Amino acid sequence: MPDADRFNPSDLPPLSLDADYWTLRRVDEVSQSYAVRKNVALPHFACTDRGAMATVYAGGGCGYAATGDLSPAGLAAALERAAALAHATARYAIFDSRTLPRPAPRGEYASPSLATPLRSRRDWYELLMTESRSAPADSRIVDWEASLDVLHATHRLFTSEGGDIVQRYRFLFPHMTVTAHADGVTQTRTLYGDRGICQQGGEEILERFAFVGAMRRLADEALELVAAPNCPSGTMDVLLMPDQMILQIHESIGHPLELDRILGDERNFAGQSFVTPDMFGSYRYGSPLLNITFDPTRGEELASYGWDDEGAVAERVHLIRNGILERPLGGATSQQRAGMPGTSNSRADGWNRPPIDRMANLNLEAGDATLDDMVAGIERGVMMETNCSWSIDDSRNKFQFGCERGRLIENGELGAVVKNPNYRGISANFWRSLKRVGDESTVRVLGSPHCGKGEPSQVIRVGHASPACVFTDVAVFGGEE
Amino acid sequence: MNAPRDVAAPPAAMEAYFHDLAAVLDQSLAAGEAYTARFSAEASDFIRMNRGKVRQPGAVVQRYLAVELIVGARHASHLVSLTGDLAEDRAALRSIVSGLRAVVPDLDPDPHLMFATEIRPTRAARGGPLPPSEAIVDAVLGEASGLDLVGLYAGGAIHRGFANSFGQRNWHEATTYNLQWSLYHRDDKAVKSALSGFAWDERALARKMDEARALLAHVALPPRTLAPGKHRAYLAPAAMEEIAALLCWSGFSSRALETKQSSLSRMREGARLDPCVTITEATAEGVATAFQGDGFVRPPRVALVEGGELVGSLVSPRTAREFSLTANGANGDESPEALAMGGGALEARDALTALDTGLFIGNLHYLNYSDRPACRMTGMTRFATFWVEKGKIVAPLNVLRFDDTIYRMLGSNLEALTRDTELILESSTYSERALASMRLPGALLSELEFTL
Repeated sequence: MPDADRFNPSDLPPLSLDADYWTLRRVDEVSQSYAVRKNVALPHFACTDRGAMATVYAGGGCGYAATGDLSPAGLAAALERAAALAHATARYAIFDSRTLPRPAPRGEYASPSLATPLRSRRDWYELLMTESRSAPADSRIVDWEASLDVLHATHRLFTSEGGDIVQRYRFLFPHMTVTAHADGVTQTRTLYGDRGICQQGGEEILERFAFVGAMRRLADEALELVAAPNCPSGTMDVLLMPDQMILQIHESIGHPLELDRILGDERNFAGQSFVTPDMFGSYRYGSPLLNITFDPTRGEELASYGWDDEGAVAERVHLIRNGILERPLGGATSQQRAGMPGTSNSRADGWNRPPIDRMANLNLEAGDATLDDMVAGIERGVMMETNCSWSIDDSRNKFQFGCERGRLIENGELGAVVKNPNYRGISANFWRSLKRVGDESTVRVLGSPHCGKGEPSQVIRVGHASPACVFTDVAVFGGEE
Repeated sequence: MNAPRDVAAPPAAMEAYFHDLAAVLDQSLAAGEAYTARFSAEASDFIRMNRGKVRQPGAVVQRYLAVELIVGARHASHLVSLTGDLAEDRAALRSIVSGLRAVVPDLDPDPHLMFATEIRPTRAARGGPLPPSEAIVDAVLGEASGLDLVGLYAGGAIHRGFANSFGQRNWHEATTYNLQWSLYHRDDKAVKSALSGFAWDERALARKMDEARALLAHVALPPRTLAPGKHRAYLAPAAMEEIAALLCWSGFSSRALETKQSSLSRMREGARLDPCVTITEATAEGVATAFQGDGFVRPPRVALVEGGELVGSLVSPRTAREFSLTANGANGDESPEALAMGGGALEARDALTALDTGLFIGNLHYLNYSDRPACRMTGMTRFATFWVEKGKIVAPLNVLRFDDTIYRMLGSNLEALTRDTELILESSTYSERALASMRLPGALLSELEFTL
């Protein structure tokens, strides 16, 4: 089977497509998974996933066909099936594909430090086993695990207009979790959440997050939590650390700004949005401290790339500037449908799903407050870190989020640890209560490898960079008494 | 042009192809080696619709094989996508086995390794040809003429297989469809419907569309906003599906129970649900495969909750080894794939009357635990959710957030379950079309706590 680098559309047999435009999107991904749980190596797992998607604009319709058969005949068959679907459904098409752009991008993209080799399989297992064995021998520690996934990907896009781009990636997903149990109470600590550490690059990622040596700290914190009181209830300030901020950004800014949600495509599944097209340019989404950028150009961040899956060139743009909503997250197709500018975010999670509007990297720009400044400015509140629960309505407005660990703040000083810190609010109001934004020293570049959306459904990689932030007058509460 | 090879192969051809792949693995083994192999393939049409029109029509043909090489107590696995060309796939599998052979010596012996050695072949095949998806689009959009319909048609053949070096072969194929759609009045006010099965049924489509259209008239009434607090509530089976799905996330997992991470851990310490609650993993009554990923054949039923007490759990082979338990056909995630909850005494047609005044909740959305050890969960109402007075629908409700424990919802506050239960085929299309189902009743609650 030829790999993506050696693939050439001139190898295709003569096509008799009655088409206005077509693309072939080839995806090759190879991953390795290493994990050690309770000092036992879990079975080694590898995955090789190769396939291609043909997309055809024909007669005003637009169809796709995906295949694992990468022979010239197989690709030609996929193009013909896509063309047949485009023609057959053109009379029902929600938009006229003849009005869509027909890009012809050319170029290459590569993850940072892609050429730097990683350590051997044996060495990865040794590192993970050493971390696992550093968990304390305490009967209250009931489960723990250290793991790493490494994914190499090559994505190639050809267009009938002469486009040919190849994008080579290396992603690392280090993860660590510890669970403690005592007296009927169970508490879990993770290193920046469930796969919150996920970046492009090499072993420097583990150093960036002090992966080595983290198990002991997490275990101590889990033990501290099982003995801690519940988070208090009341209206107060919250200081959200970056590993909770990324969830807050993702759910209550990212998803509501997706243009396909605003256009109604997701109403049967993921939902719609409280944001409407008339809000762009004037709506006050948050306080003047709120600046949100779509930035697929930040090298180490998980969802950086050179072009999206429709061939639009990646560019950093503001979605919210000084609290005012400027533009949605919408790729070229959605932009054409909505008649408004958007972003280069039309993305698919693999060769067998079509591109739709996704977040890529969505970041909250740093402010000027140190962590000490922010704590000092809070008379009564809770610092919350590491998301563990998320729920929001289908318009992305009423939310409730929970964190692994809280610390009381009283009179400008950090106090006792509390368990089960939760808070709830309404997106349309919450961001207006943004009171302080942390400086660069508080920023973490995190993300999620599993953002779900779409029909058929897709799980895609998204990056989020955020400082710590303070919000005022938030409804805070703890767990069941 | 050569004939395309990666089209929807006839079922018999796909089964023969799978057996050919297994034969390649048999021939690739060296002395002292064993293998297991899991096959998953589908040829699916996906027609996405919005505003009564077609948004994205597509077709996906995919084949995957997960090969596990076992040498003594060392083992490693590799999942690979296949092309459908046997010569090419044979070469790929030989390469995979060679690669695994190089990996295995780097690994420690696995004390929790367990795989099937008793040969238990099974075979199941259901469903016949479906109409072309183009014809189904004509039918669906024709029925919904003039309506704001949004949804997805997913249909086609699904294949699952298992093979091992001991000679076991298992095969499961099903040609199914799942049409999920919503009719919108405006904003977030809508009615959601589903039609799924093994044979396309245009009369059933017409009937379901008529029912949805009738309910849409209630959705179009002026909405009411309810203040947070405790209210009587009736949860329709589709809403119960969301609650059951959350419980399936670690709740019935033996490993999660043994390590105190299950949301139902307190049921091992005496917490209980209402005595009328019975929950079973009823593989024989669902659409899941009769075999799990390591080659163990599933029992037809595994009792999980009886008389409101936790009496069982799902045990994967690995968990069985780790905690000295008996495996009972669960996959590695130990999540139910054919959960069935028993019905009660309430006739579904009497649900509004029994509710009297309170919320009729048609659907819930985006549930999660707000305190997992206490099995306290939160989520939102969605779609057809109404305020009911004296047994009559008065108004659609604006969305509300609930936050309550399972021990109140299906325990102290459970008034009744409906006699009839509804079979709901899993509609998930993440990575592949799911083969799972739930059978659930509706539930009448004396109160449910709403917080936002």
